[in-house]
Amino acid sequence: MEERKPLSEQEKVIEINGLYKSFGNYHVLRGVDLELYKRENLVVLGKSGTGKSVLIKIVVGLLTPDSGEVKVLNQHVDQITYKELLALRLKVGFSFQNSALYDSMTVRENLIFPLVRNQRKLTKGEITSAVEEMLDAVGLLHTINQMPSELSGGQRKRIGIARTLILRPEIMLYDEPTAGLDPITCLEINNLINEVQERFHTSSIIITHDLTCAKAVGNRVAMLLDGKFERQGTFEDVFNTNDERVKPFYDYNFIQ
Amino acid sequence: MEIKDEVKTPGKLSRTFITLYDVFQFMGRFFKEGFLPPYEGKELMKQCYDIGYRSLALISLTGFITGIVFTKQSRPSLAEFGATSWLPSLVGIALLRTLAPLLTSLIAAGKVGSSIGAELGSMRVTEQIDAMEVSATNPFKFLVTTRVLASTITIPILTFYTAMVGMLGALLNVSLSEGTSAKAFFQSSLESITFLDITASTIKAVIFGFTIGMVGCYQGYNSSKGTEGVGKAANSAVVIGMFLIFIEEVVSVQFFGLFRT
Repeated sequence: MEERKPLSEQEKVIEINGLYKSFGNYHVLRGVDLELYKRENLVVLGKSGTGKSVLIKIVVGLLTPDSGEVKVLNQHVDQITYKELLALRLKVGFSFQNSALYDSMTVRENLIFPLVRNQRKLTKGEITSAVEEMLDAVGLLHTINQMPSELSGGQRKRIGIARTLILRPEIMLYDEPTAGLDPITCLEINNLINEVQERFHTSSIIITHDLTCAKAVGNRVAMLLDGKFERQGTFEDVFNTNDERVKPFYDYNFIQ
Repeated sequence: MEIKDEVKTPGKLSRTFITLYDVFQFMGRFFKEGFLPPYEGKELMKQCYDIGYRSLALISLTGFITGIVFTKQSRPSLAEFGATSWLPSLVGIALLRTLAPLLTSLIAAGKVGSSIGAELGSMRVTEQIDAMEVSATNPFKFLVTTRVLASTITIPILTFYTAMVGMLGALLNVSLSEGTSAKAFFQSSLESITFLDITASTIKAVIFGFTIGMVGCYQGYNSSKGTEGVGKAANSAVVIGMFLIFIEEVVSVQFFGLFRT
């Protein structure tokens, strides 16, 4: 598998400085600093429970930080009004670990839901074509009338991504996109993430502990260790180390 | 930044006040957002159908049987005083003033409250509510406002339906036992019902409906701890809903009693 190269540093779309977050006595993030550049795919690696998902939930305003600065598209997420946050969320897509499809709605209705509530002037024809275009982009147009319960895990992930993409976000946040999927489906999802970057010109943060996925989609990799990003760079930069906290990660994924 | 090692968890009394604050904030949000556009008319109609139409079978059965049983049990006492002719009035007043609003609301608290609590609870733990949030839509408006409004609208309608079905049950019993005609039965029972009875019953049903919707939504919308949380949300929606309905019933009886004297 070919390793992806970092893009030349451009405009920052996400900037995080000194971010702290605790849950009771459990200190998850302890001074996180991170940048996401325009049109890059940044992979965030780390063990389970290290706060990877917490980080992107803070980015999209689902959780509030204890302290620190989070700037998304030049707006401070924790200092804007709810109305401004809603407007910002239109530009930031979030693909959930378990897809979070609305299980009482068909695939079509899942895609229509965010679209009609954010673009109220669309005609029926425009809505239909937007939905079909997105489903076609993820290769699942034939599932348009199915219920989420009738779909496989991989299909659910794809529909989740399509539902996010229908609002044409500038930034995509993927929470464990390949978790619980077979290797072939993982490969398909990895390809889809790269296609999304190419076709929709998105900048993305991909949360994962799957190194195959990290290598396949990441222009840059950042590893969350003890609540901080201690290692950032290319895949090689991050794993070319004797750090006992990092080595087992690589060994388990590639040597075993 | 220094990290504090110990975070004090609030005590029982503090937690109660925090919960009360949350509840009032939740209700405040309903009144703030519920009546402002954009409106979720289609979802409101769907919820009215779900809450109203799907409860009809259970409510019809309960109302009809209550009408029969109440009439049958009341007859001997009235017969002692030779006052069985008062039976239609007694049944009419009892059904409209208390039995219909209370029975309908208790059934709805069990059926509708638990279903709202479980549905929203499961949407919370499977991150469907978060998914609505991040897609720049307002899940509160779509999920909470519509359900609370639907139960506030449909419970009063169901209450009058229960009263009507209960009267039919009573009529069946009275006509079988005493051969009273339907016309005479309804004339006698409706004569004793006042405008105040209808108003009080409607207001009570509106309050009960609002309570059922609000409790179910609050419990479900704020549920946590995975599937265990969903069960707890459904259970709390029923228990707290019924508890509040009884308290509201006692208060409203006292309140409307002031206008009867």
